[in-house]
Amino acid sequence: MATPTTTAPRKTALNAVHRALGAKMVNFAGWEMPVEYGGIIEEHRAVRTAAGLFDVSHMGEIEIRGPQALALVQQATCNNAAKLAVGQAQYSALLTERGTFVDDLLVHKLSDTHYFLCVNAANREKDFEHIRGQHRFDAEVKNTSDDYTQLAVQGPRAAEILAPLVSVDFSQLKPYRFTRGQACGGDCLIARTGYTGEDGFELYFDPEDSEKIWRTLLEAGREHGLVPCGLGARNTLRLEAAYMLYGHDIDDTTTVWEAGLGWICKLDKGEFTGRRALLEQKQKGFRRKLVGFEMRGRGIARDNYPVLLGGQEVGLVTSGSPAPFLQKNIGLAYVPVEHSAVGGRIAIGIRGQGVPAEVVPTPFYKRPR
Amino acid sequence: MHPKEYRYTKEHEWIKADGATGTVGITHYAQEKLGDIVFVELPAVGRKLEAMESFGSVESVKAVSDLYSPVAGEVTEVNSSLKDNPALVNQDPHGGAWLVKVKIANPKELDQLLTADAYQKFIESEAAEQ
Repeated sequence: MATPTTTAPRKTALNAVHRALGAKMVNFAGWEMPVEYGGIIEEHRAVRTAAGLFDVSHMGEIEIRGPQALALVQQATCNNAAKLAVGQAQYSALLTERGTFVDDLLVHKLSDTHYFLCVNAANREKDFEHIRGQHRFDAEVKNTSDDYTQLAVQGPRAAEILAPLVSVDFSQLKPYRFTRGQACGGDCLIARTGYTGEDGFELYFDPEDSEKIWRTLLEAGREHGLVPCGLGARNTLRLEAAYMLYGHDIDDTTTVWEAGLGWICKLDKGEFTGRRALLEQKQKGFRRKLVGFEMRGRGIARDNYPVLLGGQEVGLVTSGSPAPFLQKNIGLAYVPVEHSAVGGRIAIGIRGQGVPAEVVPTPFYKRPR
Repeated sequence: MHPKEYRYTKEHEWIKADGATGTVGITHYAQEKLGDIVFVELPAVGRKLEAMESFGSVESVKAVSDLYSPVAGEVTEVNSSLKDNPALVNQDPHGGAWLVKVKIANPKELDQLLTADAYQKFIESEAAEQ
């Protein structure tokens, strides 16, 4: 959700580079970010068929160091960080005491005493305060968001574009693993992660190196079909892959169970914030569930359109969009549990009309392997 | 960029009057702001519109934009080719991607619309605000 701001939006180190490339800039979560360069559809397809380069430096980084770093991560996040090996990353979340979301995030284990969290732009400060609020461990929490530029290279050709530009052999690097090395001459954390549903990498490095690394990647990638991509394509790509967007699909009013993210909550790992509420909710059950749907009638579902059943509003679309690669109109919505089964018929209220839609399995898109 | 003989609204529609018939579309500036257009919803032929009444919508990947009739009138024709080819609005907004034709109820209303020069100034001031 874009945070309304009265102050001037913040800029990433690549702001002028994006403008020079002719990007349309928008305010997103208090940041002036490129939404598209050549067009969302073209950028989206490039990532599905070749590769795309994204500046995602608005994302935040929080680092936890110290002898009890793991204990603090375990207290603050719901997944089991004790299972991580050094060089491994994990999708997880920060929860409220009510079992709802403070944020979703990636936890990277740099060493036994050093964890690196990648969090959503709009939640940087909130997450930092939330983690500090649970501070009774021998560990230091730092908001290091301004210390990193984050680029994402995503798509089936991302690996072959990146390979000659980095100092390390990552051919054996599995998804959700990372390594450290030099990329295009700068020190870099290179993670095989992303938010597009494709193979790809996220690079974290000193903002000083931003232009050099961006330009090197763009030039080296061009012959492979790599194009610069904005937040517009990032959103349609993540939606086809059914990745959650904080502030839309999940927030501090939705529970882990409702969102279908029970798989990242390890109730047996020991105490963590939100665990008690999750156990209660698990016993009591829950009434609504996040589902994927495809429009069957003519129309595009959008965020906050109502879900209708028998003319009654029973839920809300949290993400709705055309899906440029699938060439369908898709979305995510909260619906009553009894109507959440795949194949169920629902309607989406579009400008006063109920337009037919069908509950379908997610992800909408799965990359060929 | 924006034809001299057309008249414009602050909602970024244009109208070209030819006798009692007005052809209506959205401007080049509007299509560029919207980005890739993927859906166009148009009214039924015969519908009577008030000036600045919403008569349909164009949707890009990211956004929905309502369409407003620059003048009062009755819809006499809609551009059905946009149903299968909404991207034409990006390619030819001032020509082939016209949206509707209306029988103009009161030609005097045209005088209240923006000239090409006034529209140009309007979009420049809008751009400056952002």
